[in-house]
Amino acid sequence: MHIMYFTERPYRDVPEDEVIKNRSFFGVPNRFYDAQVGARLYNEYLDEDVYAEEVGFDAIMLNEHHGNPFCMGAVMNVEAAILARITKKVRIVLLGNPLPVVKNPVRLAEELAEIDLISKGRLVPGWVRGAGSEQIFNQANPAYNREYFNEAHDLVLACWTKPGPFRWEGKHFNFRYVNPWALPYQKPRPPIWIPGVISAETVVWCAKHRYPYIGLGTALQSTVELWNLYGQTAADEGYMAGTENFGYLQQIHVAETEEEAQKQGRAAMFGGGAANFSRPEHTLPPGYNSKEATRRLAKQATDYGFLGITSEKLKESQSGDVRHIGIPKQNGDTREKLRKGEISVEEAKKKIYANYQKAQDGLQIIIGTPKTVIPKLKLIMEVLRPGVFGLFQAQGPLTTQQRLTSIRLMGQEVLPAMREIAKGLGIVDPFEREPGSRPYTSGTQYDSLVDLEALKRAPKRDESVRV
Amino acid sequence: MAEWTEEITHIAGTNLAIVKGGKGKPLLILHEELGHPGWMSYHQELAKDRTLIIPIQPGYGKSPRVEQIRNVHELGLFYSWVLNEMNLAPIDVIGFSIGGWTAAEMATANSKIFRKMMLVAPSGIKPADGEILDIFAVTIGTQLNATVHDATAAPEFRKLYGGERTPEQFESFEEARTESARIAWDPILNNPSLSYFLQGVKGLPTHIVWGREDATVPVSAADAYKAALKNTDVKLTIFDGCGHRPEIEKSAEFVKLVREFLA
Repeated sequence: MHIMYFTERPYRDVPEDEVIKNRSFFGVPNRFYDAQVGARLYNEYLDEDVYAEEVGFDAIMLNEHHGNPFCMGAVMNVEAAILARITKKVRIVLLGNPLPVVKNPVRLAEELAEIDLISKGRLVPGWVRGAGSEQIFNQANPAYNREYFNEAHDLVLACWTKPGPFRWEGKHFNFRYVNPWALPYQKPRPPIWIPGVISAETVVWCAKHRYPYIGLGTALQSTVELWNLYGQTAADEGYMAGTENFGYLQQIHVAETEEEAQKQGRAAMFGGGAANFSRPEHTLPPGYNSKEATRRLAKQATDYGFLGITSEKLKESQSGDVRHIGIPKQNGDTREKLRKGEISVEEAKKKIYANYQKAQDGLQIIIGTPKTVIPKLKLIMEVLRPGVFGLFQAQGPLTTQQRLTSIRLMGQEVLPAMREIAKGLGIVDPFEREPGSRPYTSGTQYDSLVDLEALKRAPKRDESVRV
Repeated sequence: MAEWTEEITHIAGTNLAIVKGGKGKPLLILHEELGHPGWMSYHQELAKDRTLIIPIQPGYGKSPRVEQIRNVHELGLFYSWVLNEMNLAPIDVIGFSIGGWTAAEMATANSKIFRKMMLVAPSGIKPADGEILDIFAVTIGTQLNATVHDATAAPEFRKLYGGERTPEQFESFEEARTESARIAWDPILNNPSLSYFLQGVKGLPTHIVWGREDATVPVSAADAYKAALKNTDVKLTIFDGCGHRPEIEKSAEFVKLVREFLA
């Protein structure tokens, strides 16, 4: 099992009221940014990553978001380049570079190659379409989101694997002389993993490319369905998917005592958490989702709360509110009521924190001591059998010491336990077995990718709870 | 007999849906970014003595997307091709919002393609004062609200957009927004070269119509259009107490204005 340490690198000193008043992290004006705080936090997060390596994590996972205090990693490759030099053995996993907002995929290929070279082959790049708000922030036309993604992907891979110089004349990108001097250390190219939150299209695309798919905290039941879709697509492609093809990310906070953990873990609810990442109009700009994906999302009963992409938010973006003309009021959620001025910021905050226990009950977050978090992680591992597991340090205004203690306890007690559990479950990771390396014979039964019996023991997630 | 028909015609290399209705001399109508709103009272009035020809923009409704149309200028080239193939040029035209911008683009390429041109609150030129509403970063509800000054005084707006939107309606709005984002996302609903090329428009009587309280395309853009069209005969009418949809908000006055101008 390959275990990653992950944090969004939140700007933890932003006033919570501003997040709630703006109804999202994306939307807080940058006059609340203090360069002294930013400088301290960037360095602290890099130190945290070094510490995570010391305590036994296999990888540091980074991500990228723009224009909001939820995640300071706006230029993730800069952090990755520093980690390439200051860490010794961890993999540097980027989940991921938002390809549709990259205006120059050749430069991206160069940046990643440099990181792979400096780290002597420890880079695992990954690609995302980017949240809706990233398209707005980066002026990337959402109507071309998937086209940009596909073409940038092909161009980056061509940079790494096709001998230069060559000319690239695509629909969206044109380069007269592609001949990057720095080529990746890993041959023929670094392994590629893809994170996702909802899109079945992405799962199918991953399976076709034999890229491991990393579920970002998605509800277990829906994740099982995605895994099975991957497995079926893999079989159609002629290979057998296994634990090496999957990863899962889980938000967590660990403390010495249950009481401390529960007190500290409330930080994960800060500002409404990932559900308040962006407003509906920024989450789903026109054309960002295909018609089919939008239809599916509309029908989705399950919470895909990560980054707030939910059927509820879709509904809000669809109906909006036509003033003056007496549209019947809907049973809107807190965000909607706040927008209409029906509740105050204080009331909104109370509602957010009232869900703290439910969020734990539904495994949206896992909070506790090593002793209490391990059984919950075990259950997830049993159900999903992921070869890669990301432990996502809880968001919000935790202190530096609380975060470091959490990392230490994970390293000392949680990681060894997870490795034992993985061994018992026969879970192998993508470095132990090459994803897509096992041929599948048509008509035969392929390995079960999930444990449906274990799923029966899993708690049902309360759909109204957003973290 | 139905007042109007919608037929798919194979033309300009694609299958184009065209709504037609009325009798008399043809009048081209280029619809706005949310699509053809349906047969409104101003259509009904104008159709009494004009044959309305309303092409449904590629990517909207029954007209499939044409990938080669990558911006509004190219949309103008497409419609010019359509008019030539239908032998309709020169023709009178009314363009609403992005449809007005499209008509202006067509005129820059060939002033003679139109007999008279009416532009109703066209986007396309960055206003000196205020900003064109970024319709792609707001919800459909917000976008709709911003098109009228006072919805209570515009019963047709209520008829069009009142009540809950059905999934089908939402889908058609979303398709329309996607297509207009595709061709007008960057720069934000304008063409920085348009003012320059509009100076080349000659011998094309033009009427610019705007609502003083337009919250979608600020009224200051009217002056920019008027200034750019300095080499042709241009009139400007601004309705007070009116937003982005004079044709609905000031329907009677609007129809009168059209009749006078096109007479």
